[in-house]
Amino acid sequence: MATTHRIKRGVSLYSFQEEFFLRKMTLEDCVAACAKLGARGVETIAEQMMPGFPKLSDAFYDQWHEWMAKYNVTPTCHDLFLDMKKYKGRLMTDAEMLQSVIRDIKHAHRLGCQVIRVIVNTPPHILALAAPYAEQYNVKLGVEIHAPFHFDHEHIQRHYEVMLRPGSQHEYLGFVPDMGTFEKRFPRVRSERAIRNGAKREIVEFICAAYERREDLDQVAERVKQMGGGPLELGVVQDVKRLYYENPRRLLDFMDRIFHIHAKFYEMLDDGTEYSIPYEDVIPVLIEGGYKGYLSSEYEGNRHIQDVHEVDSFEQVRRQQAMFKRLLGEA
Amino acid sequence: MFDKYIICEDGFQNVSDGQQISGFQFKARLPYYRGLGVSMVEDLAVKVDGQAIPREAIRVTLHGRTYTLAELETEYEDRWEFGEPGTVTVMKPGGLSAGAHTLEVAPSLRISYLPFILVGTDAKELKLASA
Repeated sequence: MATTHRIKRGVSLYSFQEEFFLRKMTLEDCVAACAKLGARGVETIAEQMMPGFPKLSDAFYDQWHEWMAKYNVTPTCHDLFLDMKKYKGRLMTDAEMLQSVIRDIKHAHRLGCQVIRVIVNTPPHILALAAPYAEQYNVKLGVEIHAPFHFDHEHIQRHYEVMLRPGSQHEYLGFVPDMGTFEKRFPRVRSERAIRNGAKREIVEFICAAYERREDLDQVAERVKQMGGGPLELGVVQDVKRLYYENPRRLLDFMDRIFHIHAKFYEMLDDGTEYSIPYEDVIPVLIEGGYKGYLSSEYEGNRHIQDVHEVDSFEQVRRQQAMFKRLLGEA
Repeated sequence: MFDKYIICEDGFQNVSDGQQISGFQFKARLPYYRGLGVSMVEDLAVKVDGQAIPREAIRVTLHGRTYTLAELETEYEDRWEFGEPGTVTVMKPGGLSAGAHTLEVAPSLRISYLPFILVGTDAKELKLASA
């Protein structure tokens, strides 16, 4: 295993959505929080924390760059959505979809981002049309690979074919894998929430154990019914079906097309590990593969604990960043 | 995702058209993790004390602009921003009686990458603010 690497630490402001939603943190507070953790890369979701998008003023962008300088951080990735169902009863035309993607490319460029996270529903042929604009603005387009999608999924493979097509600006097309595709266990914050909602603990624990053994989930559902499970317990089976796990070494096959990484997590434990995603296995693979981009913290536990706890996203991100430092040899 | 925050704790009150009490209003937020163009808000179902309010009697005011639910669906520029409290007004002559009422609110959102309509739900018992 290589001992030196060029992996950088960042945070997606998605992590602070609970506090932003409740107006406990402003956009500037979120940027400052990244800096405080020594995470120099800031990933943003304009549609979440930049009200008025896509019609943002020059003053907004000026302010943004002042913050980047003030907190000594750098913009990394803009998260793009494609509202192809904007018009009721019809999908956007190709021209409309392309315009929407170009709009986001221009926004990312103005923020100073090098990468765009492309939402997975974006059709491959639209990205092929958008690639020249990505090149013009020097912003790479990375399709998010988020469970239940994975590298071998038919839809992702179609994207990959377009990226490999001769004559396209393929160096501007790639992937943003979400580490939720290496989910070894069902997140405990999710199973506990299901139990609080009324699911029977023994059945939920049976389902979690079956997932960890990679058992056939249709058979698990039958077994759950035999155990007396109803809609709540079968709902947990459905949730588990949307998880994905494969050996993180799969990342090595796509390393030259990985522009950015969503370091998804649900629960950082007191011992400095994540409950469901084995970063101890993931990060050595990224080092071995020579990954040079950002590991961008993406905390998603808030929605599963907000019914019983006040959410402390900053503490969760702090713990994940501490884990990154340890695994990256910074500590 | 943010279902428990859909109905805001403040802002529940009767409203007057200048002559008489014409209805009541409360503040609500979308449960989704980003703002959304309002054309993708397919419905905002409201129940008061178990009684469903007709869709036609509901108005939504976002940053000073007021829409019927039908008008929301054909407005392609405006957005209901993330965490933004919108004011929901229910046209109901006489409004509501003083005291506590149970509000149930269920926004239906058309999210482009989901193969189903995302429906959020929240229910809260709130005390009508005195006029």
